[in-house]
Amino acid sequence: MNKPATEAVHHTGTETLESAVIRFCGDSGDGMQLTGTQFTTTSAIFGNDVATFPDFPAEIRAPAGTLPGVSGFQVNFAATDIYTPGDKVDVLVAMNPAGLKTNIADLRGGGILIVNEDAFNTNNLKKAGYSRNPLDDGSLKDYKLYRIPISRLCEESLADTGMGAKAIGRAKNMYTLGIVYWLFDRSLEPTIRHLTDLFAKKKNQPELAELNIKALKAGYYMGETAEMFQNRYVVPKAKLTPGKYRQISGNEATALGLIAGARLAKKTLTYAGYPITPASDILHFLSAHKNYHVKTLQMEDEIAAVCAAIGASYTGDIAVTGTSGPGMALKGEGIGLAVMTELPLVIVDVQRGGPSTGLPTKTEQADLLQAVYGRNSECPCVVLAAKSPGDCFDAAVEAVRLATKYMTPVILLTDGYIANGAEPWLLPKVSALKPIEIKHPTQFNAHSDEAEGEGPNTYWPYLRNENLARPWAIPGTPNLEHRVGGLEKAENTGNVSYDPLNHQRMVDLRLAKVNKVAQDIPPTEIQGNKSGDVLLIGWGGTYGSIHAATERLLNHGHKVGTVHLRYINPLPPDLGDIIKRFRTIIVPELNKGQLIRVIRDRFLVNAQGINKVQGKPFLIAELVAEVENFLSKK
Amino acid sequence: MTQIELPKYSAKDFATDQEVRWCPGCGDYAILAAVRKVLPELNHRKENYVFVSGIGCSSRFPYYMGTYGIHGIHGRAPAIATGVKAANPNLDVWLVTGDGDGLSIGGNHLMHTLRRNVNVKILLFNNRIYGLTKGQYSPTSITGHKTKSTPMGSIDHPLHPISFAIGVEATFVARCTDVNKGGLNILGDVLKAAANHRGSAFVEIYQDCNVFNHQAFFYATEKDTARETTVLLEHGKPLIFGNNRDKGIRLNSTRLEVVSLDKVKEDDLLFHDETDPALAFLLSRMHHTQGLPEPVGVFYRINKPTYEDMLSEQVEKSIASRGEGDLEKLLHTGDTWTVGE
Repeated sequence: MNKPATEAVHHTGTETLESAVIRFCGDSGDGMQLTGTQFTTTSAIFGNDVATFPDFPAEIRAPAGTLPGVSGFQVNFAATDIYTPGDKVDVLVAMNPAGLKTNIADLRGGGILIVNEDAFNTNNLKKAGYSRNPLDDGSLKDYKLYRIPISRLCEESLADTGMGAKAIGRAKNMYTLGIVYWLFDRSLEPTIRHLTDLFAKKKNQPELAELNIKALKAGYYMGETAEMFQNRYVVPKAKLTPGKYRQISGNEATALGLIAGARLAKKTLTYAGYPITPASDILHFLSAHKNYHVKTLQMEDEIAAVCAAIGASYTGDIAVTGTSGPGMALKGEGIGLAVMTELPLVIVDVQRGGPSTGLPTKTEQADLLQAVYGRNSECPCVVLAAKSPGDCFDAAVEAVRLATKYMTPVILLTDGYIANGAEPWLLPKVSALKPIEIKHPTQFNAHSDEAEGEGPNTYWPYLRNENLARPWAIPGTPNLEHRVGGLEKAENTGNVSYDPLNHQRMVDLRLAKVNKVAQDIPPTEIQGNKSGDVLLIGWGGTYGSIHAATERLLNHGHKVGTVHLRYINPLPPDLGDIIKRFRTIIVPELNKGQLIRVIRDRFLVNAQGINKVQGKPFLIAELVAEVENFLSKK
Repeated sequence: MTQIELPKYSAKDFATDQEVRWCPGCGDYAILAAVRKVLPELNHRKENYVFVSGIGCSSRFPYYMGTYGIHGIHGRAPAIATGVKAANPNLDVWLVTGDGDGLSIGGNHLMHTLRRNVNVKILLFNNRIYGLTKGQYSPTSITGHKTKSTPMGSIDHPLHPISFAIGVEATFVARCTDVNKGGLNILGDVLKAAANHRGSAFVEIYQDCNVFNHQAFFYATEKDTARETTVLLEHGKPLIFGNNRDKGIRLNSTRLEVVSLDKVKEDDLLFHDETDPALAFLLSRMHHTQGLPEPVGVFYRINKPTYEDMLSEQVEKSIASRGEGDLEKLLHTGDTWTVGE
């Protein structure tokens, strides 16, 4: 709740804030994700800019009350443009001691701490590793502590519903949400609508809808009548670009973008996947939208998924497979086949912490080198990266467009942070989306000397157009029968060839084709200075943090410029010129330095890295500090 | 739709201009010839055939067929074929694999393709050896088999392809030999039966690798022994074999035994029932080394909905009940709000 928009206005205890960061945390069974998304939706509908950071354990139900079982949801909502879920938390809601212990370090000094006092019993304190009750020992004196017996109050308010203790116990998250809604003067309507929809309509349990709505209202009235809080807080509407908005997560946007891409190409979308965190939601979303001519194949493994997609691509569908890092490793050989057969294929990699199984539910950007280089031999693919939840939509459409235009696999990198995080999304106008032109040949395209007569009399599957793309004739087309496969193909005819010079030409051609994609890359936008001391080069899901850090660095008077790359391979053709205009190049990444290797290799520039691998996004402050540290060394 | 008359095809129409590069004398030639001969008889359009394969000698097959084709990667042909069928259920998809490609590296995919009942015709060339990598033992090699990688003999227990197929819920399971000098040349008939089966059809073909595992199946293909070591399965008929058709198979408790027709009446023999999975499994365990003839023909054949039909049906149902998806509507789903000027 830093930076009041105006002088803090105190009348009847209402304070106006420019932005606030709330984090809800508790046991993974406490319903914190639902609570957080509801607060987010309500704030977005109200007109705030929002950014979220859900953070949950890989275990579905880790032992209740323990530290590994803590699930959190952070939302930053603001009257201005914001780009991250916030560095420091203004309001921490802790449903149990474990939640308090794992999250208190992020609460700013003087911040509001709301705890469910009832959960601070001997057993829970012990599980969280507290030898004394932190509510009583003075350790929380730097915060505005509100001890509320949430469990008891919620139970009492629902006692007359006649519902079981379990259902009532589980409604305490809505009671808590009610308190926070009152504190921030939010409408209950969107959540009431959601609960009705969820319980009454989808699950046909109207009594549960009623129970939860009652809990929500009871929490709200408690805030109003208990006179516990000195202040209520108002975060006014943000000045967003006019238009229609909805809240969207990265995985939803990716799925929507894939559907849109296929529709723009007037094609069936075939998505073959295998369940893997954090990419499974793409499979779920697409499976629920078959009426958009979507076929989803849950295959037996990651390899089968990429191979099924290749089969569907050969047959003429928009073919996509999605996964996360470990799955990418398994798909490598299949992607190589798609490179060799020059078939359009989109591979979505929702990156997570690694190596191996690593941190399934935590974010990381460490698959870039795997995407660019991670296959046997010379195996170039187009590699794109999405920068925010909403941007996943545009990136997915672009992936479909490039894959079909250039007859190539396109790897789309997103990450756990933007995949699960949400933001308000200005809905694109469908009429403004460019159709994707696909022509499957139906006629011969070449003349074979062996056949008689003049004019085209045969089909060459590897004859290339001006973009170096080969034609995409599909099974079922008379006379164009042809074979593709993993063995090296003779230029033009596509017959198997072991000729040394042909192999050289084909390797060169495959590379040249992928490099051709550079002609489709729009001029690179630079945030801040167009030349100067420091150029920050970012990519993917770190956009929000780097963008906000850049604003702050500019405010501090530094000559800083920032570019954020959507196109990783090939790189934007103007990037080299931009790099030359800055004294120092800094590449912040959530890995040990991957894009930086590509940049150094390509431009022979002594770029510096800011690298973090904690399963968490960059904080704005840490980026600012690191860059200023570089600047001070100059 | 107007019915366009089908061109009359011959085996030549299914050949390509590519030189066939199997070793001279390889059993693959006979299978290639048989497939080229059978396809014209099936009255399907040539452009609707897709031959899919993995890696191995057998997997070069698509390059020699004048149809659409994908020469895939090792073991993954079933997954590729599933994608082809999913995208266009009207295509006639054939899959060519071997004992290494299909049962070792690709065992997982083969299992799931069969259980899903994807309507593809799967020809597994079993030569009990890795040919293309120059002679290592395979998952069907007999225990003790001495190869370059098993100089002291293989210690692996072999897999029985037919038992595997029945175990993983295949809906059509058959076996035949590449050639047959004993008058049991049923390859063409089995291929036709597989083609006419609506669902996954699994055909194990005993195939001679004349370089690395020559004569592995001679007992089943040579003039004098073929009818003594194999028995033709015919639905509803008793199991009779032998050069003089003088022996039969009888079920004794849960065991099969060879009986002489001098002593046992035909009615007391085992009658083949293609719809009985337990019987099919029992038959798949017969080995000539144990004194039982090895069945050839159709072990098992039942009807089940195919994967691609159900996949397409769900899309159609979804369109019927929710209307054809409208992109504008999709983007505007859920809670939306408008920010004014």
